[in-house]
Amino acid sequence: MISLTSPVETRAHGWPAGAKLAALCAATVVLFATDALLWHGVFLALTLGLYALPGALFLRTGVVRLKPLWIFAAVILLWHLVTADLLAGLVIVMRMMTAVALANLVTMTTRLSDMMGVVRWLLTPFRAFGLRTDVVELAMALVIRFTPVLADKGRMLALAWRARAVRRVGWRIITPFAVLAIDDAEHVADALRARGGL
Amino acid sequence: MERSLTLIALFAALIAALGLIPKFTLGFGVPITAQTLGVMLCGTVLGARRGGLAVLLFIALVALGLPLLAGGRGGLGVFATPSTGFLIGWPVGAFVCGLIMERSRRLPVAWAAGIASVLGGIVVIYVFGVAGLMRALDKSALESLSLVTAFIPGDLVKAVLAGLITAGLARARPASLLSRG
Repeated sequence: MISLTSPVETRAHGWPAGAKLAALCAATVVLFATDALLWHGVFLALTLGLYALPGALFLRTGVVRLKPLWIFAAVILLWHLVTADLLAGLVIVMRMMTAVALANLVTMTTRLSDMMGVVRWLLTPFRAFGLRTDVVELAMALVIRFTPVLADKGRMLALAWRARAVRRVGWRIITPFAVLAIDDAEHVADALRARGGL
Repeated sequence: MERSLTLIALFAALIAALGLIPKFTLGFGVPITAQTLGVMLCGTVLGARRGGLAVLLFIALVALGLPLLAGGRGGLGVFATPSTGFLIGWPVGAFVCGLIMERSRRLPVAWAAGIASVLGGIVVIYVFGVAGLMRALDKSALESLSLVTAFIPGDLVKAVLAGLITAGLARARPASLLSRG
């Protein structure tokens, strides 16, 4: 399955995932601690500098991932233009962009397996309250495995619909789609039980 | 135990798959993501606890960096955008959805699921979403709500569909409707 990790291998890939996440939390706290436009300009420039370090491809990938923010930026700036408080609007937009960019940076430089390691570590204390962390990990693996399987079955359903109907594929396709998911779940549960269960 | 686990995992995968097949419209020519419909179904089919866990599992995998949200979005950055409140509201919404479904056994499935979807899948999620917008954009509750009113009619359509689909599932696989089991 496609992941959001960067196409370029960076030095940050080798750093511990927990440390990167802690740094991200600290950076986000700092971002919300100040309202000064100058500081937010510095923060945004520093963040883009981090993106530029591994090269042009990394920078371009990172900037493309910020694109969905333009609608928020447009709404906020328009709003503050109307209320004649453009500076406050700029601060909000820049803070948002820096926060999202930094979070994306952690995602781009951390492999899924390393992230899973952090989850396991975070969940360990809950074992004392009876949480089965192995079951949580199995559930995650099942979702990762079955998302493409279900998506394929959905595409087959849509094809079957188009072969028989003149109208476009509509909401009625979701009921058989959910039935397929339920049936898969029952089969996998049987398979798990047959192999000794949980 | 095994059955709960696989149903939770497969419904989480169903939410993801509903985001991957974008090519369907809800009758008015407006293509909307069916993912919140998946959130409602988690609650109305699996019930409060399992439905909430299924959505929580989905959100956790998004946070870990899988591009499971509609449009291939995902990763930690999603949780820094102004609309993240909606996402955080999803598991709670599914839980409330399931709770209402479990407590309204005397109503027909379609009606119960429809009402549960409006309260859990819309009201609860919008409370979280608007709170997130207020915090991120520094706006009042009414101002924030006005930014998202355009989505409410589409969500109401989805709640009606969730009711109809849940009724269909109750006929097709009655044993798997854990919210009424």
